[in-house]
Amino acid sequence: MARLRGRGYASVNYPTGMNLGGDPSQALIHATTTGTFVVSLSSVDLGQGLKTVVAQCAAETLGLPMENILVDTADTDTGPHCMGTFASRGTHRVGNAVIMAAAEAREVMLAVAAEELEVDAGDLETDGTGYIQVKGAQERRIHITDLALAAHFTHGRTISGRGMFLKEKNDPVPETGEMDPDSCQAHACTVAVVEVDDETGVVEVLEMHNAYEIGRALNPAMVAQQVEGGAWMGMSHALFEATEPYYPARDHGPRDFTEYLMPGAADIPAYHNAILERPAGNGPFGAKGIGEMTANAPIPAIANAIFDACGVRLDTMPFTPERVLRGLDELRGYHD
Amino acid sequence: MASQVVNLRVNERSREFLAAPGTPLLSSLRDALGLMAAKRGCAQGSCGTCTVLLDGRPVMSCLVAVETVDGASVRTLEGVARGGDLDEVQSAFLEGFATQCGFCTAGMIMTAEALLDRNPDPTRAEVVEAISGNVCRCTGYGPIVDAILDAAARRRKEDAAARRKEDIAARWGTADIAATPGTADAAARRRS
Repeated sequence: MARLRGRGYASVNYPTGMNLGGDPSQALIHATTTGTFVVSLSSVDLGQGLKTVVAQCAAETLGLPMENILVDTADTDTGPHCMGTFASRGTHRVGNAVIMAAAEAREVMLAVAAEELEVDAGDLETDGTGYIQVKGAQERRIHITDLALAAHFTHGRTISGRGMFLKEKNDPVPETGEMDPDSCQAHACTVAVVEVDDETGVVEVLEMHNAYEIGRALNPAMVAQQVEGGAWMGMSHALFEATEPYYPARDHGPRDFTEYLMPGAADIPAYHNAILERPAGNGPFGAKGIGEMTANAPIPAIANAIFDACGVRLDTMPFTPERVLRGLDELRGYHD
Repeated sequence: MASQVVNLRVNERSREFLAAPGTPLLSSLRDALGLMAAKRGCAQGSCGTCTVLLDGRPVMSCLVAVETVDGASVRTLEGVARGGDLDEVQSAFLEGFATQCGFCTAGMIMTAEALLDRNPDPTRAEVVEAISGNVCRCTGYGPIVDAILDAAARRRKEDAAARRKEDIAARWGTADIAATPGTADAAARRRS
């Protein structure tokens, strides 16, 4: 009896967003009296970090610090329309809408600053710390807090902007089937190293090497989070998770976390992640979606690694000890 | 059976409330006391997100009938930060990107607090064992384990600074020359 080591790889091309009947998201931005810019959305952050990335997009476009951005989101009764958080579309669709809204708000911000400083708006720039200043004459400047107060109480203006990003519905060309169903595609590859115990059928994942091409990584730390979290989910789907894999009757299926198996903190492999950045022309600062795809490549990579380790070709998830052992029996010529 | 008055010392404050027999500690914390950090996940003791410290030990508060711990001392995530400053575990989670959706985070942090209280220098394996009863669906666990190890290192450094300060104070009658603002106080509060 032996522990057999194997290595397998798999690749994924993953679309950002969906075709639907058109795929829009909208954003509104307005400044409060004290110069905080509220980004109003109905998009939902499920924990993937949409609020952070959206705040980055707004701050970068406005030329203001992150501390000046407040993201107000997830109320679909009152917020600007968003199709939803799915299809790895949030960063791309909502990010684009927020950039549009912030660009419009920046124009107003500079117009009001031009009146306050008695210069042409075209001669103004932001310094990134909260000041709007005259190019080449930085001592002539105004802080965003003073500017917002002046806009409200002197000029009677709202420093605000509207953003609307729409991926238009695209129908296939009847003759060729050619179409443009998504905005861009991200690409990834996982190499998995596993050990298969040929006595117990248990598969252990030892290493996972993940390489991702995702346009621009707007927030590299959160990209790493998504990659590792997704790799774990992929491993979980590959080896553990199902509602009734273990017994012939559904009655014996898992009912709770004590019976529904998932890898725990002790079961995680060593991760090696690489991010390749090739900005997408239509993405917010070049970003594509990285979300769902992170759980994709690990699964076939693990299946291929099992095949490499012991010759068993499994095509039904999860790859349970029972399925590995049945596969080994078949290779050895044993039959029930 | 009738409801009864239960007394708990929650995050250093005496709290008194009514509870029907068999009410989970978690329900009392959330519903009677308004402490919403501990989450109701599986409600049967297998996900760990309701973890709080009961007389210093981590328990799944969904499984504790509150009338059976009358008079006990309870610490929740709300009692971890001091005076608006995050403690070492919270800071390490924040800076180490150890949270995503956040639903497991309160339980993870309280489990880590209990671990570091009894073992200031845990190995990676000991951290993994400590959080083996806590389910996380987002992070893949790696950043959480890293953050707890980081918190342990931060806390040891603070404790060493506090000991140095006490040592100097004992010898010279003052600690001002070696004071690192805040650190000694934080360590002393934790030990008390």
